[in-house]
Amino acid sequence: MANKSEKRSSAGVLNKLSHVALAVWAILIIYPLIFTFLAAFKNNTEIFIGNPFALPSHWDFGSFGRAWTEAKVGTYFLNSLIVVSISTFGTMLLGAMAAYVLARYEFIGNRFIYFLFIAGLAFPVYLALTPLYIVVQELGLLGTHTGLILVYIAYSLPFTVFFLAAFFKTLPNAVAEAAMIDGASHTKLFFRVMMPMAKPGLISITIFNIIGQWNQYVLPVSLLPGGAEGQEKWLLTQGIANISTAAGYQADWPALFAALSIAIIPMIIVYTIFQRQIQSGLTAGAVK
Amino acid sequence: MRQGKYPFVIGFLIAPLALYGMFVLRPIAAAVQVSMTNWSGLSPNFDFVGLENFSKLLDDDKVWLAAKHHVFLLVTLPVITIALALFFAFLLNMGGGTRGGMMTGVWGSKFYRVVFFLPQVLAVVIVGVIFGRVYAPDGSGVLNRFLGLFGIDAVPFMAEYGLWSILGVLVWQAVGFYVVLFAAGMSSIPAEIYEAAVMDGASRVTIFFRVTIPLLMETVKVAWVYLGILAMDAFALVMVLSIDEGGPDGATTVLPVQIYKSGIRESDYGYASALGVALAVFTIIFAVLSLRGGKRNAVEH
Repeated sequence: MANKSEKRSSAGVLNKLSHVALAVWAILIIYPLIFTFLAAFKNNTEIFIGNPFALPSHWDFGSFGRAWTEAKVGTYFLNSLIVVSISTFGTMLLGAMAAYVLARYEFIGNRFIYFLFIAGLAFPVYLALTPLYIVVQELGLLGTHTGLILVYIAYSLPFTVFFLAAFFKTLPNAVAEAAMIDGASHTKLFFRVMMPMAKPGLISITIFNIIGQWNQYVLPVSLLPGGAEGQEKWLLTQGIANISTAAGYQADWPALFAALSIAIIPMIIVYTIFQRQIQSGLTAGAVK
Repeated sequence: MRQGKYPFVIGFLIAPLALYGMFVLRPIAAAVQVSMTNWSGLSPNFDFVGLENFSKLLDDDKVWLAAKHHVFLLVTLPVITIALALFFAFLLNMGGGTRGGMMTGVWGSKFYRVVFFLPQVLAVVIVGVIFGRVYAPDGSGVLNRFLGLFGIDAVPFMAEYGLWSILGVLVWQAVGFYVVLFAAGMSSIPAEIYEAAVMDGASRVTIFFRVTIPLLMETVKVAWVYLGILAMDAFALVMVLSIDEGGPDGATTVLPVQIYKSGIRESDYGYASALGVALAVFTIIFAVLSLRGGKRNAVEH
């Protein structure tokens, strides 16, 4: 009996330690974000000399307005929205098509093409950045959203194909065979039968692509050069990095933190809504 | 078959392959070519110089410094991230102890899972700008203000512990992703295995080391590859956060930063491409070795 209660109390201590460890990490994650949000309401002196744990002296929403209009964060935000919606749609359509035939059809060169796509996972984007810049320039697409969208799709394909090919492989053959016996063509089978069956995988990887492309930095910086006209096409991450590097001690730091908040908050909302899908997607892609 | 297999296969592959070839494969091939020239990027003239850029690379102190930093990150980033993530995932799934022979998660585990993963959805650039204020070298910095509560003098994080500080941000951002990955893996371990271990009187610590970790080895290997590739990058963070973009005096530089500096700043595209090729070769060797270690058979139905 003594042994049993001892065990129970040690389990209680473990339980409390678990909570402390988890709570500490949660605070470490949340606090820098709360700090960012609060700093948007502070003034330069409060940010640079004041106590970082203090609340703002005035709740001044002006910094958000200045960030949105004067620092053009509104334009950048809209640009990011347009580029990422189109490129994610393109990535999913082309990625699913390639993944499907690679996963479920035997043909000469299948393995070669599959590994060609997978090899892309090993190459960081900026390695071939100069040649990419020249290719985009030769096509007359430098400084255009069209060029950036095509490049986003191309660079998102390796992971999308890798993930979806694994997913399509797990789908049962019986349904596909039944559809073929009923006279469905390969194309019809894909769009009417396999795509709906692959919906959980498609949703997860769509969200991953949205997040990845929304947060992309190196590509827009290289392919959307500045200048008075070029700057109108800039994306959100690029714009914020520019504000932060241009910002000295005299600059409008509250507006920078307001811009950071504007960039972060939609991601937090999207993530909170879809976190269940992200988790199920991870299970399908990496654990299996 | 009403429709030929090959026309269908070709029809579905042609557009993705064309885009991939044009914007990914062609630039990579061009980078390899350029790495053997003395092209300055701006002038249209250049000569073939063979492996000259690669021998120059071996004499570059900054390159060796950057390589050393990659080795440091390649060891510390996966070890720390995986250890923390396994620990947290275990607490979330099984920290609540046993109830009727079943392992249960701690109270609030769903909330923690959501919060821990959050940094993963934020842009590295934005995280870098935020941590500039977290690591500020005086009392206005979040971390120094906190340390001040314990009477610790202000630490010049980026000036003296630059690489460790950058490692800290990388870990901060990565842990949640692997918590979710491992937690999913843990919940797919059959409950009977845990029930049997609990019946045998195993403690949670024993279960963690003897049951959970061995059964999760495959997932850990996948995590190792992902984190290793991340350790070869670190570009955006070093550019935004460190002193003098990789400084002070090269103390935080990484190969991508050297590529950017010699390529874009000094317009030495030949040399920059050689650095790029070298980095790519290292990354691929690492990935192949890791994947061979963690090879699994495809699931057949």
